[in-house]
Amino acid sequence: MIGSAARDTWLLFRHGLAVTLQQKFGLVFGAIQPMVFLVLFGPIFATIGTWETLVPGLIVQLGLVSTGMAGFGVVFERRFGVLERLRVTPASRLALLLGRVLNNVVALVVQTVVLVAVGYAFGLRAPAAGLLAGLALVVVLGASLASLSYAVALTIDENLFAPVMSTIVMPLALLSGSFLPMSMAPGWLDVLSRISPFRYVLEALRELFAGHYATGTVGLGVAVTAALAVVSVAVGTRVFSRENA
Amino acid sequence: MIETQGLTKTFKSGVEAVKGVDITVEPGQIVGFLGPNGAGKSTTMRMLTTLLAPTSGSAKVAGRDLLADPAGVRRRIGYVSQSGGVNLAAPPAGDLVLQAMLYGMDRGRARERVAEVLALLELTGMEHLPGGALSGGQRRRFDLAFGLLHRPPLLFLDEPTTGLDPQSRAHLWDHIRALRADHGMTVFLTTHYLDEADALCDRLLIIDGGRIVAEGSPAELKAGGRTLDDVFLDITGRSLREEVPA
Ligand SMILES: Nc1ncnc2c1ncn2[C@@H]1O[C@H](COP(=O)(O)OP(=O)(O)OP(=O)(O)O)[C@@H](O)[C@H]1O
Ligand SMILES: [Mg+2]
Repeated sequence: MIGSAARDTWLLFRHGLAVTLQQKFGLVFGAIQPMVFLVLFGPIFATIGTWETLVPGLIVQLGLVSTGMAGFGVVFERRFGVLERLRVTPASRLALLLGRVLNNVVALVVQTVVLVAVGYAFGLRAPAAGLLAGLALVVVLGASLASLSYAVALTIDENLFAPVMSTIVMPLALLSGSFLPMSMAPGWLDVLSRISPFRYVLEALRELFAGHYATGTVGLGVAVTAALAVVSVAVGTRVFSRENA
Repeated sequence: MIETQGLTKTFKSGVEAVKGVDITVEPGQIVGFLGPNGAGKSTTMRMLTTLLAPTSGSAKVAGRDLLADPAGVRRRIGYVSQSGGVNLAAPPAGDLVLQAMLYGMDRGRARERVAEVLALLELTGMEHLPGGALSGGQRRRFDLAFGLLHRPPLLFLDEPTTGLDPQSRAHLWDHIRALRADHGMTVFLTTHYLDEADALCDRLLIIDGGRIVAEGSPAELKAGGRTLDDVFLDITGRSLREEVPA
């Protein structure tokens, strides 16, 4: 049972990866996307803050705007009847989700590495252990965001997906403190941002980049990220097995 | 091969698409499922292929309980949906191999089997064209190819020949007959072409308004020298379907 789910996940992952790698323009844009804010906003931010504060923020922002839109692909698969064709095969429903999610996670990890590498050229300095731990957090965050994105894409009217998601994603990035830390926000905004799980993820990421590991902030961030992933994957799997999906 | 008891589907919108359907299909038969637009044919098929959960009722499909063992049902059936499942944005080649592997074949066996099915359906070479570049008839044959990869003992075809020219239709009938003759495959298909149903099917089921209203062999239904068209119109009435509800 678990063995076949793992095999199905791997098959669907490989298939999706092959498709991604064939889309040359997609790859170019995927590589440019992380650098936009870093290059055009970073130097301004650096006059009042540090690259170690900014880069984790841009990683979370990137996750939201790039991985958060992952569901767009499945909208077409549903329209073409591909999804229904796959749902009649014995493939595990968890695999139908995870095979896709894994692709999105790989894309986000590659984009994050690009972001950090270019960040280094600008002056980012973070310990290797902190970067690695941060990357692990990004993997889990990416899995959550992709799962949620698929769940939304397969639940709402397909024409609403792009406008709804692009409207939701920006406020979430701002509220997480992606561009400016929430410590600078007035009280009410600070309170509002505490409702968003992404704030905790981001604060943990900043601590890790600063080389602080065994702190309450890191613990809370890891716990929130893990809880978010469990809920998102459960919801996503449900949506993939449900009728009309 | 198929046995249903009181299969019912009421959609959230309140539409009662299928109202207590009892169907029996014997192994090795080609059974035609006929009925006007909106009669509940696709809905019934989507329940039998595990895509839709019945509101009530039970069914055994290919020897497995539909509700208790949907995965077992999926392993033993093939399904070609009314609107097809070819990805228009990519060539079918990779999708076919993936699909075969999802039925448990290793990559080598999957490639072999895909080549076999493509040759059978005279599609060899076309699998590298983007789905969107295929003609309607070619796409329909690819739909069938996806459904045949794992040699299912039971095949569901939802309007397999709609939109095909007479040559392609006749070809597809030959393929369907051959599948039954060579592999003893059971085929459950819907169609609006009554001449096709007459020529191809061992048994016919007619559904109207979500209920089975007639069944029998084409010869039985045509008793008295009538055409199948006359019988169909007599049974299901002459008023147009799919009118906007008042
Ligand atoms: N997902 C759905 N939600 C709500 N109503 C639906 C849904 N799918 C089908 N219906 C309704 O259920 C009824 C039966 O539809 P179905 O598609 O089963 O008909 P059909 O016999 O296959 O017709 P056709 O010959 O036109 O393909 C119709 O009234 C249809 O509008
Ligand atoms: Mg139909």
